Amino acid sequence: MKAVAAAIAAFVVAGSLAVRAQQPPAPARAARDRAPIDITGYWVAYVTENWRYRMVTPAKGEYRRIPSSRAALPIINAWDPAADERAGEQCKSYGAGNIMSVPGRLHITWQDADTLKIETDAGMQTRLLEFAPKNSATAGAAARSWQGQSTATWEPAAGGGGSLRVATRNLRPGYLRKNGVPYSEQTTITENFDVAPLASNGMLLLVNTVVEDPIYLNAPYVISPHFKKEPDGSKWDPTPCSASW
Amino acid sequence: MGSNAMLSKLVIALAVVFTASTASAQFEFVGSWAPIGTEDVQNDSVPVDYLGLALTDEARTRALTYDESQKSMIERQCEGWGAAYLVLGPFGLRVSSQTDPVNNTVVSYTIGAWEDWNEMVIWMDGRPRPSDLALHTQAGFTAGHWEGGALVARTTHFKGGFIRKTGVPLTDNAVIDWRFYRHGDIVTVLMIATDPVYLVEPEIVSKSFRMSPRPLDYRAGCVTGYEGHEPLAAVPHFAPDRNPFVDEFVKLYHLPKEAVLGYPETVYPEYRKKIKDSYVPPPPCTDSCGAAGNFVVRR
Repeated sequence: MKAVAAAIAAFVVAGSLAVRAQQPPAPARAARDRAPIDITGYWVAYVTENWRYRMVTPAKGEYRRIPSSRAALPIINAWDPAADERAGEQCKSYGAGNIMSVPGRLHITWQDADTLKIETDAGMQTRLLEFAPKNSATAGAAARSWQGQSTATWEPAAGGGGSLRVATRNLRPGYLRKNGVPYSEQTTITENFDVAPLASNGMLLLVNTVVEDPIYLNAPYVISPHFKKEPDGSKWDPTPCSASW
Repeated sequence: MGSNAMLSKLVIALAVVFTASTASAQFEFVGSWAPIGTEDVQNDSVPVDYLGLALTDEARTRALTYDESQKSMIERQCEGWGAAYLVLGPFGLRVSSQTDPVNNTVVSYTIGAWEDWNEMVIWMDGRPRPSDLALHTQAGFTAGHWEGGALVARTTHFKGGFIRKTGVPLTDNAVIDWRFYRHGDIVTVLMIATDPVYLVEPEIVSKSFRMSPRPLDYRAGCVTGYEGHEPLAAVPHFAPDRNPFVDEFVKLYHLPKEAVLGYPETVYPEYRKKIKDSYVPPPPCTDSCGAAGNFVVRR
């Protein structure tokens, strides 16, 4: 009899769910209200990886650990930072393909309820992560930019927490490193933002990044820069782009 | 089949559905995960390379005494391949799980050994951590749980060893916290190593692996053997102020010496601004300039 009762109860629950599924959907909650993790605030790059490729400008022609294609080699070997400066292209290594690896600070805020804004003091760049992007026709017509267009989605985990996934495209061609290792305008970038606790109520932001480029990469370029949370913006130090440093 | 039996099966089926929904906080970790190798987590394997580390003076001094010939001593052969080598080494992850046959829950995950690195068993059954006085082993004791979609684990009870294979030390009082994230076919392992003696700030390393359709190599862990160094012979070492390799990395890439020696300020952006006017780029690369590789370009 207990089994019969349990089964009936289960059917009632299932029936209720089915009825609910037929009702008109409730208005979608804004991304800010659905956030499974909080990544807002000031964050500082903690450069324990790729130090030699990030903290100083590597030698011209060196592209170790980047799966550059043969098509990239003439560009790598022709890198001329002075020419980039003259052409007004000094921000080529501050595009979305590399900006999270540039040593500096992030300031992450909600621009509106469905758009996260990431500002960088190094290079003074702004990324907009849109949870409710404009329709695709409009988006496709937008001019290419260093930071491109980023579509964001939450990936909540059952039981709490989760991740932020960001897909970026429509980029101006840029550099994966300061010394001119290129990515093309056909590049797409997929990032996952995760947080982890540190001692003394600290917080770490981990940005797993996959850069794919059918022109200048033979394989996806995968990196995972990380940042420590800071209590405030007292160390925020906006610095313009530099082609050589 | 009676109606009661059928209803019982229905109840069980519904329970399975709800249980599966709850279990989505976890990801499938079992399988082979190949290293991607596009990040430099241990730099260039020159004898004195502490880039990206925030070391205490004690750690730096001890690291500078290290001579790689110590690896030929039986009692020191496994010293460099502790738990941290999981993300510092060049190998992939071959993960298996061990389940309780009665309730079908995961008791542990095992990341298989690779060459000198010993396997890591991540206990998931809630067993207590050993006493502070318990035996420390090469692999240590690791317990884990699921949290926010990540596998979270902590390793303690390992032997004193290295945080970098260039002899940068880690005490047996250190703690290593791990987070394993999975996004699509990529698993990213985050290591946060804390050492009250040798690290001013935690050493944080993240490394990504891609799902492999083929099983990775599985090899034995560190096994010692006679390698020509006689028992009771002197320990090969340098006086810390006379390490002959101290300037090698500095000269090779024109790197600031304090960065190569792991001074804490060098891991923050302010340091980059500090050296901006004094840094002289190395000459253009002409040999072995591209693709992946663990080893230094010798000019």
